[in-house]
Parts: sequence; C-alpha cells; structure tokens
Amino acid sequence: MIVPASTGPATPGPGPGSAATVSFPSGGKPRVFLVDDHGMFRAGVKSELAGAVDIVGEAADVAPAIAQITESLPEVVLLDVHLPGGGGQDVVVAVKTQHPEIKFLALSASDAPEDVIAVIRAGARGYVTKTISGAELISAISRVAAGDAVFSPRLAGFVLDAFASGATAGVDRPSFDPELDQLTGREREVLRLIARGYTYREVAKELFISVKTVESHVSSVLRKLQLSTRHQLTRWAAERRLT
Amino acid sequence: MMFGGVAAGLAKRTGFSVGLVRVIFIIATVLTTGYLAMAYVLAWLLIPAEGADSNIGTKALADKRGIGLAAGLASVLVAALIIASALNAPWVTSLAVPIIVCAAGLVLIWRNAPEEELEYLRGVADPAGMTETAPRARRVLRVIAAAVLLVIGLTLLLEGHDRFALLKPLAGVILLVGGIALAFGPWWLRIAMEASAERRARIRAEERADMASRVHDSVLQTLALIQRRAGDQHQVIQLARAQERELRAWLFDGRPPGSMEGQAATVADGVRLIQQEVEAQHGLAVDAVTVGDCELDDDLSALLAAAREATVNAAKWSGADVVSLFAEVEPDAVSLFVRDRGRGFDPAAVPADRKGLAESIRARMARRGGSATVRSSPGQGTEVSLVMPRSGADRLPRRP
Repeated sequence: MIVPASTGPATPGPGPGSAATVSFPSGGKPRVFLVDDHGMFRAGVKSELAGAVDIVGEAADVAPAIAQITESLPEVVLLDVHLPGGGGQDVVVAVKTQHPEIKFLALSASDAPEDVIAVIRAGARGYVTKTISGAELISAISRVAAGDAVFSPRLAGFVLDAFASGATAGVDRPSFDPELDQLTGREREVLRLIARGYTYREVAKELFISVKTVESHVSSVLRKLQLSTRHQLTRWAAERRLT
Repeated sequence: MMFGGVAAGLAKRTGFSVGLVRVIFIIATVLTTGYLAMAYVLAWLLIPAEGADSNIGTKALADKRGIGLAAGLASVLVAALIIASALNAPWVTSLAVPIIVCAAGLVLIWRNAPEEELEYLRGVADPAGMTETAPRARRVLRVIAAAVLLVIGLTLLLEGHDRFALLKPLAGVILLVGGIALAFGPWWLRIAMEASAERRARIRAEERADMASRVHDSVLQTLALIQRRAGDQHQVIQLARAQERELRAWLFDGRPPGSMEGQAATVADGVRLIQQEVEAQHGLAVDAVTVGDCELDDDLSALLAAAREATVNAAKWSGADVVSLFAEVEPDAVSLFVRDRGRGFDPAAVPADRKGLAESIRARMARRGGSATVRSSPGQGTEVSLVMPRSGADRLPRRP
C-alpha cells in the first residue's frame, strides 16, 4: 500500500546538473503548454518558469487542451492529473495519436496512485508534485524534453509497489514479453534510492554508475510501466480505485 | 497451564480435551515406570511454547552454570539411587533413569524458562520453603528429623524380609527418599532461588534500559523543545500539557510514550502518524513514501518508534526543511530510511552521553533483533537506515 504524503514538499527529483547539456530547437528555451483547471496555479507556475521556458499556451479542461495543443505543438505539456472534464490521461491519449513527439509531464497535488499510474501508462514521461520548487520544475521539464523520464520519490514508491504486488502473486497471465513484467535488480535499486529522496546524481554516486546510466534505468522502468500488459498492474490499479 | 503446557499442546493437536490427555499422561507415566515423565520434561525443554521464538533448550545450551548444576544434581541422585539399589530395592533402579533426567531437565528449565512458567514452579516449591531464612532452631530440628528418618529407613531395610515381606522395604525406601529430600532439599531450593534471582536482576536491567529510552523519547524531548521555545509562552504551555497527558497515560494506563501502538494499526498508518506529528510540531515538511504494508507487532512498533526518533532528530538538528521518510515492507523484513539534506555531523565525534542516537535508536533496534546504521558527514546531510526482521506472520506455523 502506498502512503501519500498529505503535505509532501518539493520532490528532489532530478538534479539541475544536466539541464545545460540539453538543446532545444526553439533556441534554448523549451516550448511548454500548461493544462490545469486552477487559474491561480497556472499563474504561479508561469511566473516561476518565466525566462526559463517559453509558455506557448494554457488550458483549463480536456477538450480545449487537446484542441490548443494540436495547434500550438509545444515540446512539453505540463499536465494536471485531475481535470473537470476527465482525467489527464484523456489529453495524453488524444494528442499522442496525432503527435507522438509531444512529451507530457504530470504535475499533481493528487496522491491517488491509480490516477498517477493511469497518466503514466497513457504516455506521460514523468510525475512531480505541485509543491516542487521552480528550479526543480525547470530541470524536470528539460529532462522530459530531452526524452528522459522524471521520477519523484512518490512515483518511485508507486512503481515499486505495483511491481512488487505482482511478484508475490505468481499467477499472472503471461505477457507476450515477460521481461516487461518485472523490474531488474538494478532498476529496483535505483527506484529504492529515488524513493529514499536521492537525486539522480546521488543515486549515480551511491551505485558507482553514471548519471546517464541512472537515466537509462529510469527510462527503462517507465517503458515497462507503459508497455507491460501485465494483468497484475491493472488489477493493482483497480484495487486502489475500489478502496 | 499446569506445568510446561505439553498436555495442552498435545490436546490442541489431537482434538481431545486437555483433562483427558492429562489423565492418560498420568496413567501412562505409572505404566512406563516414569519414562513418560522424562519424555514430558524433555518435551518441555525442546518444544517452543506457542508464540515463543525458541525453545528453552536452546537457551539452556548457552547456560554453562545451569548445565553444571544439572549435572551435579544428577550425580547426587545417581549416588542416592545406587545406595537404594544396594539396599535390595531393585525397582528403585528402574525409576533411576527417568528421575535423573527429570531432575536435570527441571534445573535447566528453571534457569531458562519464561517468567510465567517459573511462577508456577515457585508455587510448587514454596510449601517446602524452610531455607536459610528459617530460624536456627528449626534448622537443627530438620537435621535431626532427617537423621531419624534415615536411620529408621535403613534399619527397616536391613532388617530383612521376614514378617511384612513387602511392606517393610517399601516403607524403608519411602523414608530413605524422604530423608534425602529433607537433607538436600534446602540446598536445591537455594540453587534454584539464586538462579531465579539472577534472572530477575537481568530482567530488571532490561526494564531500566527500556524505561530510560522511553523517558528520553517523551519527557527529555519535550524539555528540550521547551528550552528552544522558551519565548513563546503559549507554545510552552501546550507542550507541557501534551507531555503531562502522555506521561499520565504511561504511568496510569500503561500506554508507552513514543510507541505507535493503539494509534496506528499498520506500518503505513504509523509512518503517516510520524509525518503528521513531526510536521505539526516542528514545522518542516516530511516527504513520506511507503511500499507495501503489514500489521504492527511489538517489533515493528519499536521500529516505528526508532524512525520517529530519527525524524524528530532530523527536524531538530539538521536545519533542512524537508525530511524524506521511506518505508518498505518485504516478506521477511521492514526497512525504513530517514534522510535529510541538512548540515550533517561526524558520527565518530558524537559524545557518548548524547542519548538520542545511541540509546533510543540503536539499542532499541538491537533489543528487538533489528539494526540501525547512520550515515552522515558535515554538510552532506544524514541518513538513518533501520531494518527490522519480521517475526512470525509469514513463517511456518510452530509445533504446539
């Protein structure tokens, strides 16, 4: 079971280190689209990101978000998990069918694991909590724009939980690719350290590997999370919804 | 529980009533000339009690002095029984093996059994309690009585088998055994009492350590907080009141301070409680992530109490504004990590009298079979890792 932190603070997440190495087609600044139903929150994020990113648009609900995103074609969409007209995953699914190159970063105050997992499985590249600091959010956006995954401690916890509950059951319906159904020992180690509050850089130091390797492990976990047809993962999420 | 609870265990296994099993036991003991009693004592030694971790025998193996005592007692009995058999009572020798094994086994049980089983043994021994505390006159009287019984017993035995062919030797043996018991009884009792006094002292020392860590968690922590917030009258009153409530609950209702029991039922609940408590009291954020969950038992409550202590320490001393708390429940252990990015310290340079880390966290974990490691260096923050093996729940059921 996951215990969400009710007043969780900024997720340490990825260190600011590699942001500089990322180059963007729009001249250094990633083009970002904001989807959140709270005007106040959008205003806050915009002022925090001002200068570091290029805000190309914003929307408060699912339908207008899909329409405007397909029009403005941003690099990264900052997406609230909960929207009045449906879940954030609806936006991801609709946009991805036409523009698979657009990256999504889920941003949420919500702690319900099934919602977070649903958005990730729909195709988001990461998850951070709304309490994240401006600098860390900028770094997370850069990372997602560069194609990496961004795991907050909480997401790491969710994923460990989702994959662990399957390991003990042992009666999973076999998937077409069994490798997708479980995490490797190294991936588990990386996730554990992230859940303990380590930044990617600290994880790398602890495990004597490079930051790039940490990133590739996290991306691999993300891929498994998205592609696994694991019956168990679905059931795990379903159980969450019921309780 | 009558004795060691072997009959009760057997009854539970077979489905017969305890009373029936006991009656069968007694009859069978007589029929097997005592060998079943020997089996009973051995079972008591070797089969762990329900809910206990290990049997008494394993503990007894480590008890060198107890083994010595048992061997000594056994040898005295061997001598006594050889004398008896020499005096033409061959059936006594048939009892020899069970009696010797029983006596030696009981000594080991006495020294190593859990407290409640000792309570029972003490009850059995008490009526004969004419030990060193008895007045001198009574001691003299006892020695004389023993001597008289021995002499009469021996006379009866040596006199031969003419008139009451069967009754006389029987009476003789009974008197002889009574004499031996009277002569050696107080010595046995003293040995046993010394052993139990030793145990009581050990238990008292453990209780004192437990109490010290609890007082540290509650009262000393609050006093430290009050000193730090001396300027804020309202806060100080609030702290003092909360502490008073907690202390009263401990002293009069037996609810231990700093323990999570009663409030939290599971590990995840406990972690959430720590998060809320520390955020409320210290005004910093606690980022808590829990993977898996299970019911709390005494060991895991101790783990949570240690985690709470580590989190409070981080809140008070690290200067960081976020503490990460990560708990993972696995089938055979629960791990908990408390991490901050604060100022850190040099673990080697902490004076021995700083109780927080040493006593409350490490010792508390060690007492329950867990472990605690602290990683910290100045400027690098601190991480406390706590691991507690899980007892019972997921293991195979024990023998009754």
